[in-house]
Amino acid sequence: MEIRKMTCVVCPRGCSLEVTLDGERIVSVTGNTCKRGVAYAEAEILHPERMLTTTVKVTNRRYMMPVRTRTAIPKDKLFAAMDVLMQTRIEAPVKIGDVIVSDLCGTGVDVVAAESMA
Amino acid sequence: MEKRSVVVIGGGPAGLAAAIAAKENGCDDVLILERDSNVGGILQQCIHAGFGLHIFGEELTGPEYASRFHEQVDALGIEYKCDTMVLDISADRVVTAVNTKDGVIQIEAGAIVLAMGCRERSRGAVGIGGTRPAGIYTAGTAQRFVNIEGYMPGKKIVILGSGDIGLIMARRMTLEGAEVKMVLEVMPYSGGLKRNIVQCLDDFGIPLRLSHTVVEVRGRERVEGVVVAQVDEKRQPIPETFEYVPCDTLLLSVGLIPENELSAAADIDINRVTNGPFVDQSMMTHTPGIFACGNVVHVHDLVDFVTIESRLAGRGAAQFALGQRKESGHTLDVKPGFGVRYVVPSTIDPSALHYDEKFLFRVGDVYRNMILEVKNDGEVVYSKRVMQAAPGEMESVEITKQLAEKLTGSTVEIGLRPADAK
Repeated sequence: MEIRKMTCVVCPRGCSLEVTLDGERIVSVTGNTCKRGVAYAEAEILHPERMLTTTVKVTNRRYMMPVRTRTAIPKDKLFAAMDVLMQTRIEAPVKIGDVIVSDLCGTGVDVVAAESMA
Repeated sequence: MEKRSVVVIGGGPAGLAAAIAAKENGCDDVLILERDSNVGGILQQCIHAGFGLHIFGEELTGPEYASRFHEQVDALGIEYKCDTMVLDISADRVVTAVNTKDGVIQIEAGAIVLAMGCRERSRGAVGIGGTRPAGIYTAGTAQRFVNIEGYMPGKKIVILGSGDIGLIMARRMTLEGAEVKMVLEVMPYSGGLKRNIVQCLDDFGIPLRLSHTVVEVRGRERVEGVVVAQVDEKRQPIPETFEYVPCDTLLLSVGLIPENELSAAADIDINRVTNGPFVDQSMMTHTPGIFACGNVVHVHDLVDFVTIESRLAGRGAAQFALGQRKESGHTLDVKPGFGVRYVVPSTIDPSALHYDEKFLFRVGDVYRNMILEVKNDGEVVYSKRVMQAAPGEMESVEITKQLAEKLTGSTVEIGLRPADAK
């Protein structure tokens, strides 16, 4: 049995959770004040995901273009995704919501422009 | 002299929301003055997600959040002048500004909305000893370098201050390939949101050292390292705990100060706790016709609340400019009680309310299991349970019609008391 500690971030209260694991299986969650804490712990243990926001170079403009993944991607893909986006070059004009990279690192998630650049 | 019904100073989230509200409340010649080359304010460099949950019910990045308001400003035909620096405002509402196209301009405003935001506290303000090499930045400056200009300020980073900008930059620098050695916080708790501590530090194994500070910067041309130390309960460094940490960059996230140079010049009364103007329920300062909203009044953690507050200011400014402002003559002073540092607004006229206003306040320490009480001349007229409150998270009480009807005295006090005490 493994015990993993984490802070629930569903609400500002920030309960300190203790999750008891038997291999991949969650045995129990304690320290939560509401049931959303259990769901949070399960998601964090079984398939942790994060939104990635970064910038890409615009070859014909002075400033960087802010971009985001359309939805969250697996947490363990963040650095691989950064490697791709650091090498990405785009040209203005770009409209907010335009796809900059499709299917980022095999996640099935697109990277889109977070701003319009004329 | 050019005349405008409402002039908004600053085109960040506060200014944009105020201008939109002023237009929607009947002012057709609203003008926004912005010193940067584009509107959107500091949101333009806040490329992380998490904005807009309250207002749009979805998580937007800063530029996306700003775009929504920028588009609305354009759709409503609201005029704005960028690259325009306001030099002076007077108590009788004459705005003096300058840009390279118009030269010096003077505008007579029916009402003014101050929306200049805030600036970062810098190294001098926290008094760190040692040398003065390159490599010391405020976190927001580093954020602009990385996110807009596309430069990395360094490779081995120590961050002083665990406010949200410091936390966000810890993650950002890590993703861009830098090594963030640690985040230091002089207080025994973090000033940032819990979610940011988890997703910006814990996710990347960056240590957060509470009750720690930087006592010395070392390096001649460039930062070579810093001496960090634990502090005692009086926030004094403990010599036995001094530790040298090699690094090439020190980022400071040590607080924000409302930008009130213009307000001070116009003799607007400033609250020494918030460093922002005193305002009433409509966000009007003590100077008639001059309103204020957003971080120029008090520093917010969530832009959504800036937007909500700024709509009140825009509406108030429009009503003032159109001669529709209501005043009953009965106003109450709003005062912070136990555990509360300040309350916005600082005065309230119950009969002039629209019932979408809120008491916004911050507590002075970390409190658990408390009762929040609103008192009218010492008598409790509203209370609610507060499971947890911390200085880093702004609290609010909605001023409903029901609550407003009980505000009949001369003072409203908002304070905490322990839930288990009578």
